[in-house]
Amino acid sequence: MPPKDEIKDNRLTVSFSPHLHKDESVSRIMWMVVLSLVPAGIAGVAIFGLNSLWVILLGIISALVTEAALQVATKRKVSISDGSAFLTGLLLAYNLPPDVPFWLPIAGSVFAIAIGKQIFGGLGQNIFNPALVGRAFLMACWPKLMTTFSGPFDAITQATPLAALKEGKLIEHISYLDLFLGKHGGCIGEVSILALLLGALFLFIRGYISWHIPFTFIFTTGLITFIFGGTQPLGAGAGFGGDWLFHILSGGLILGAFFMATDYVTSPLTRKGQIIFGIGCGALTAVIRIWGGYPEGVSYAILMMNAATPIIDRYTKTRVYGA
Amino acid sequence: MKKLLSEFTKGIVKENPTFVLMLGLCPTLAVSVTVINGIGMGIAATFVLLSANIIISLLKNIIPARVRIPCFIVVIATFVTIVEMAMKAYSPALNRALGIYVPLIVVNCIVLGRAEAFAQKASVGRAILDGLGMGLGFTLALILICAIREFLGAGTLMNYSLIKGFEPARVFGMPSGALLVIGLLVGLFNVLKNRKG
Repeated sequence: MPPKDEIKDNRLTVSFSPHLHKDESVSRIMWMVVLSLVPAGIAGVAIFGLNSLWVILLGIISALVTEAALQVATKRKVSISDGSAFLTGLLLAYNLPPDVPFWLPIAGSVFAIAIGKQIFGGLGQNIFNPALVGRAFLMACWPKLMTTFSGPFDAITQATPLAALKEGKLIEHISYLDLFLGKHGGCIGEVSILALLLGALFLFIRGYISWHIPFTFIFTTGLITFIFGGTQPLGAGAGFGGDWLFHILSGGLILGAFFMATDYVTSPLTRKGQIIFGIGCGALTAVIRIWGGYPEGVSYAILMMNAATPIIDRYTKTRVYGA
Repeated sequence: MKKLLSEFTKGIVKENPTFVLMLGLCPTLAVSVTVINGIGMGIAATFVLLSANIIISLLKNIIPARVRIPCFIVVIATFVTIVEMAMKAYSPALNRALGIYVPLIVVNCIVLGRAEAFAQKASVGRAILDGLGMGLGFTLALILICAIREFLGAGTLMNYSLIKGFEPARVFGMPSGALLVIGLLVGLFNVLKNRKG
């Protein structure tokens, strides 16, 4: 029999920890990231036309179908409602040029989910960001389709600003504002910096991502391109004249830094590790852009640092107090 | 009789040199771009495997245990030289396609592995069956890998184009594609094996 005058005062109730409960789950976070990417998709479709909408939808649908099919085939619980496959398909499509043939996003999504994720055991087990695995696969298989970009508002083929820079002919009329708004050739989801920053701001405010990876990533790329990215070689008395703002605003840097490098599964756990991860991504991106064979290096930089994540985690483990 | 037969059949699935023993992966990765290459490599390796097994099994009581590896290598190298010269004489195109991997059969770990683990302890009859079975298993595995890689990476099979308008996925013709295909096939083999056992 409980006593008649029960303790009403909450402060005197003793219960097990954890005491604070927040209504968060993996799938909720995934859907929030999807939501934060919607503006960039709308901007991409507005800039490049309806074809890019089909590319995005095909990427998402084939990612979901592949995930469900593999989970049924291996007799596991079908978990396509957790949003992670949806997000992978979405991010993969954002990394494609807008006028690719329709089988390309399908092939990319199937590879991303099957090889990039399910082979390793599904969500939480994958070493590499699945969407970037898909992109790297497509780049290795069909490099021509992956590097033919149509310009904004018309279907005329146009080099991306970074590709033009690599070939030594800067697009004269492109301004920082054009880069910021996305009025230039590029992948569907990467061009509009404004829309991407809106989504990133939402994630920051909700606390889903922290500053550690994106800011060190972007800062390092900016710094190295500023020091070494000038038109004259360092030894010739020049240097320190690189157009860092151009490098930050063009290519997939913003999309990669805020939405793909911050993937929980494939990035380090500790703050210190995340800073190392971000600096590594930034340095590799700048190195590939300035000295590498490809005009753009964000995706390969993130993949390489994904591979380094376990070792970063090992060396940045927090010490147990008193040990 | 049944036991003898199993010496032959074990190399095909149960102890498949490529997918189960994981031996001889270097030539497998390198030459498995087209089915023609795979068949050529498979036949060459099978010939060396069979001949080396026979000779080593015959000499097993003469070869001193302490210098057995050099002796095996001399026997194997002799047959590899025969294969290489024959290939140069009758099929120079295949020889060019396989390149350095023909002489490298000398150090193919399937051949040395079977000599060390089987032929030096077995009778001639069993060594012949083992050599044939292992050679067939290696050839079949090569053909399987080659067929997948040639179809996906070049859109052809035995150099015949199969589907019109198929854009080949170039990565399967590259070393990374070889690792990917072999890895997936090994995984598939393990799944099938576990399901049975």
